Amino acid sequence: MQRIGVFVCHCGTNIAGTVDVKAVAEALKSEPGVVFSTEYQYMCSEAGQNIIKNAIREHQLTGVVICSCSPRMHEATFRKTASAAGLNPYMVEIANIREQVSWIHKDMKAGTEKAIILGRAAIAKVSLNAPLIPGESPVVKRALVIGGGIAGIQTALDIADAGFEVDIVEKEPTIGGKMTQLDKTFPTLDCAACILTPKMVDCAQNEKIRIYSYSEVSEVKGFVGNFTVTIKKKARYVDELKCTGCGECTEKCPQKKVPNAFNLGLDNRRAIYIPFAQAVPKVATIDADYCNMLKNGKCGVCAKVCGAGAIDYKQKDSFIEERYGAIVVATGFNPIKLDAYEEYGYKQSKDVITSLELERLMNAAGPNGGTLLRPSDKTHPHTIVFVQCVGSRCDDGKGKSYCSKICCMYTAKHAMLIREKYPDTEVYVFYIDVRTPGKNFDEFYRRAVEEYGVHYIKGMVGKVAPQPDGKLLVQGSDLLADEQLRVEADLVVLAAAIEPDKTARSLGTMLTASMDTNDFFTEAHPKLRPVESPTAGIFLSGVCQGPKDIPETVSQAGAAASKVIGLLAKDKLTCNPCVAHSDEMLCNGCSACEKVCPYGAITYSDKEFRGPNRTTLIRRVASVNDAVCQGCGACTVACPSGAMDLKGFSNSQIMAEVDAICK
Amino acid sequence: MQVNNTEFKPKIVAFCCNWCSYAGADLAGTNRLQYPADVKIIRVPCSCRVNPIFILRAFQRGADGVILCGCHPGDCHYTTGNYYARRRMTLLFSMLDYLGIEKERTRVEWVSAAEGAKFAATMNEFVQTVTKLGRNRKLEDLRCRK
Amino acid sequence: MQEIMKKRASELLLDGTVSRVIGWKAGDFVYDITPAVFESAEEIEKDFVYTAFCGANLSKYLVKESKKPGKTLVFLKPCDSYSFAQLVKEHRVNRDSVYAVAVECRGKADVDKIRDCGVKGICGISEENGTLTVDTVYGDKTLPLSEVMLEKCASCKTRKHAVYDELLGEEGEEVADCDRFGKVRELESMTPEERYEFWRGELSRCIRCNACRNVCPACTCEKCVFDNDNSGIAQKAAADSFEENMFHIIRAFHVAGRCTDCGECTRVCPQKIPLHLLNRKFIKDINELYGDYQAGADPDTRPPLTDFRTTDAEPSIVYRRGEK
Repeated sequence: MQRIGVFVCHCGTNIAGTVDVKAVAEALKSEPGVVFSTEYQYMCSEAGQNIIKNAIREHQLTGVVICSCSPRMHEATFRKTASAAGLNPYMVEIANIREQVSWIHKDMKAGTEKAIILGRAAIAKVSLNAPLIPGESPVVKRALVIGGGIAGIQTALDIADAGFEVDIVEKEPTIGGKMTQLDKTFPTLDCAACILTPKMVDCAQNEKIRIYSYSEVSEVKGFVGNFTVTIKKKARYVDELKCTGCGECTEKCPQKKVPNAFNLGLDNRRAIYIPFAQAVPKVATIDADYCNMLKNGKCGVCAKVCGAGAIDYKQKDSFIEERYGAIVVATGFNPIKLDAYEEYGYKQSKDVITSLELERLMNAAGPNGGTLLRPSDKTHPHTIVFVQCVGSRCDDGKGKSYCSKICCMYTAKHAMLIREKYPDTEVYVFYIDVRTPGKNFDEFYRRAVEEYGVHYIKGMVGKVAPQPDGKLLVQGSDLLADEQLRVEADLVVLAAAIEPDKTARSLGTMLTASMDTNDFFTEAHPKLRPVESPTAGIFLSGVCQGPKDIPETVSQAGAAASKVIGLLAKDKLTCNPCVAHSDEMLCNGCSACEKVCPYGAITYSDKEFRGPNRTTLIRRVASVNDAVCQGCGACTVACPSGAMDLKGFSNSQIMAEVDAICK
Repeated sequence: MQVNNTEFKPKIVAFCCNWCSYAGADLAGTNRLQYPADVKIIRVPCSCRVNPIFILRAFQRGADGVILCGCHPGDCHYTTGNYYARRRMTLLFSMLDYLGIEKERTRVEWVSAAEGAKFAATMNEFVQTVTKLGRNRKLEDLRCRK
Repeated sequence: MQEIMKKRASELLLDGTVSRVIGWKAGDFVYDITPAVFESAEEIEKDFVYTAFCGANLSKYLVKESKKPGKTLVFLKPCDSYSFAQLVKEHRVNRDSVYAVAVECRGKADVDKIRDCGVKGICGISEENGTLTVDTVYGDKTLPLSEVMLEKCASCKTRKHAVYDELLGEEGEEVADCDRFGKVRELESMTPEERYEFWRGELSRCIRCNACRNVCPACTCEKCVFDNDNSGIAQKAAADSFEENMFHIIRAFHVAGRCTDCGECTRVCPQKIPLHLLNRKFIKDINELYGDYQAGADPDTRPPLTDFRTTDAEPSIVYRRGEK
């Protein structure tokens, strides 16, 4: 039998003004289990807390009910009070008789009656409380960043700066991501490589950072503070430790007809390659799809010319297992495929290009050495049409329903750069809206229009038709002038929507991190926890969470890093003890609970049970990971057998409250 | 028409999720917004914690109306809890209606932590509706009646 | 059919493919058929039957039998195969330890309906092309099967199996003109008072024998909440109208989204309570609100109550219904 103490707070006149606190304390005295009941002016004051502490000791209380303000206000306070007097802090229940009684009911009689009922409900609940002890789990002081673009790089650098070890896993042969392919960045027009490559080098030189390039995450086990991750290092047929990055092999390789992925296939590279001059790590990689040696054993030129003896045709994929306390997802994005947009003639004409392709064409390290030439005939284009929202804000099923966010600004940048460098070029931009929220963004866009004379046309392009003379006939509408427009263009640039990297979905499943229908990772709270996944220990950085530009990505990367640092700085994690718990004797193993758990906290295993006649029965039963469960209780209702219950809000506790209220 | 000497006071149980609706109820209090004392709130972590059994139990023990309040869809503290609650309650309420039990006795409302006024207004309106229906007879347990 | 099944079951028992067979066995009377486990060809030869009275769904017995060593053969009629698939989906039955033999079915007979036709003293039954020949102590009587079918067969949705290892007989088709929600719609169109009266009339007959629960292939809990004193709703008897409602609401709710509409609950109810109308109400609601869903049809889809769409209807849709 519990020995319960009841403490009724006056809260000055806040409660006592409309509730007869003495009557409440008196009425609750006769409730079953109550051995002590009193009232005091301010229970939360030091004197009030001392009354509680003394009563706990003097009456050997096993449970405490405090009739006071909302538990959201002082539950933590009174739990500490109980704890200080040697009582388990979870043996405290609050009856909210201020916000939910005295402040809303003017009638003293009704208020007092309700306060007594709420007190009874709290007594009924606390009678069924069990002492709870928060579990602890150790924290592995190392973080994993998945994706080595600007988001991943910034997160890794910030974590390393705080003194923690961090690994970057990048699926490409070099870190740097999409930003390496950009020419200039808005709204400052500084060169992308100039601001990115020093950070890449910092990563390589930071002794706290390890880079697994040309690698992928293949398995994730464990939970916050304690993940075990298997990393697959894909065979690059080059010994990373031996390769000096001299580039001899990439010049001598006889296979010259490999589409250069870094330049989006606008020119060719060799079968053995270093993606670009500033690659980190600067190590060659053999493209197994094109290497003659790997395909039919005939060649071996690179091995012959390599002074370091780094070429290893027999290299195999290898797997590394590492433990981490936190995981940051920074898997980034890709422009969508434009195959479905036949009207823009992307497949039909080489001179219809995406904005990312334009970046490469304008880049000094690009296929034309920075001179803007048409891909088809290498002539200088004089009329260029930009088409906005290709696949963005699109409800036709072909594209994405969301706004890709960066296109308005980079198009303004492109238009401005072209007008600056080639003043004889006419530039048209077809847009639905121009969206420029961001520091110095609208000023930037207005400069494009006002100073650089870019023709902005509100309206969509209906068709891009390649003409026999090599021109592109662009037919569009000008909604403001209410007329149809035909432009004979030399080059058409499509602002393709961006979508999460294809690897995101399978990674999300591995991490049990939830995703939205567009495969963007979901944040734990859209406003208040934007860089955390609902799954504890998983953090989000960059476009994997939603479209964003570089400044936003970098600030989010820093925010994710600070959350990781906050986690890794702890030696042990204290878990919320109000978690779900499965009674193995009742569990059917049906997986209903697992399906509704947003955190992936429930796992199943086959366990041995005693069957009839000394036999052994194997049954599939659920178990809850206390460190991962957040205590929502979704599983408790999904469970048909009632095996799943929630500590602190158990079925019997809630029903006891119901009974007390309805009595 | 028979006139009762004592005015009928319904018993209303309100399940409120800890993060939004319970906070919304607190805000109604902080702003001194009045609603009848017939409403008694039970705090649950999330609307998805509410088992249909609790609702039936309340009716059994003499409740005249049961209302479940949670975060607005999309705003759940646990991201998805209220979506499950929404399906469960829709089906449960539909079943109660199918059995001929007054559907107005059960309700789900989404109340955010900022919607103190909505909380008070909802409760005022719900109490009124249930008062009109009178005592719960169809889903009561005679043995629990006093 | 019965002979083909017996032959096949004996073969598989003898060659060691399976260690036991779940089938049907005649009781004291020919219409009094019970599910049974056979462990030898001799037992099969002696007791195994498959007649128009074999309405019982055998899939539930696999929960226990399939845990035993060796494989278990089970005979599944089309509707039973959905229950089986659902049990596999919920990990209640290990697919690998079951040898599922699908048997064709054109509907099973309800002995009470046969008696209602004035046929007494039944001592045998056979079926051919939709005609039942009932062997009675007063001589043979013939009846069209369609007139004396079990409720679940009269509203059969498909004669096609969800899953099997081997098929005996011919695979049927989906029943295109099945109107299994007709009665639910009729109830929905009544006033709440009429519905209340209807259900009071039905549910007040409940004697809490638990037959509906015990036969239900979705009710396979290790321990039912109604038997668990800690659940807060444990009941042993329908002592009060509330408890009748409570039991049937919770029973139907616990199988909502998992019920394959096999109709066993109604078939076994000794009080003739049309329990399937509760399950079908949930099925109909789920189909209308969340998209067509057939439990057991697909091993991968999420059951509707452990799934959601952000665009799901609000519970208030219940209030708007019926307002015309």
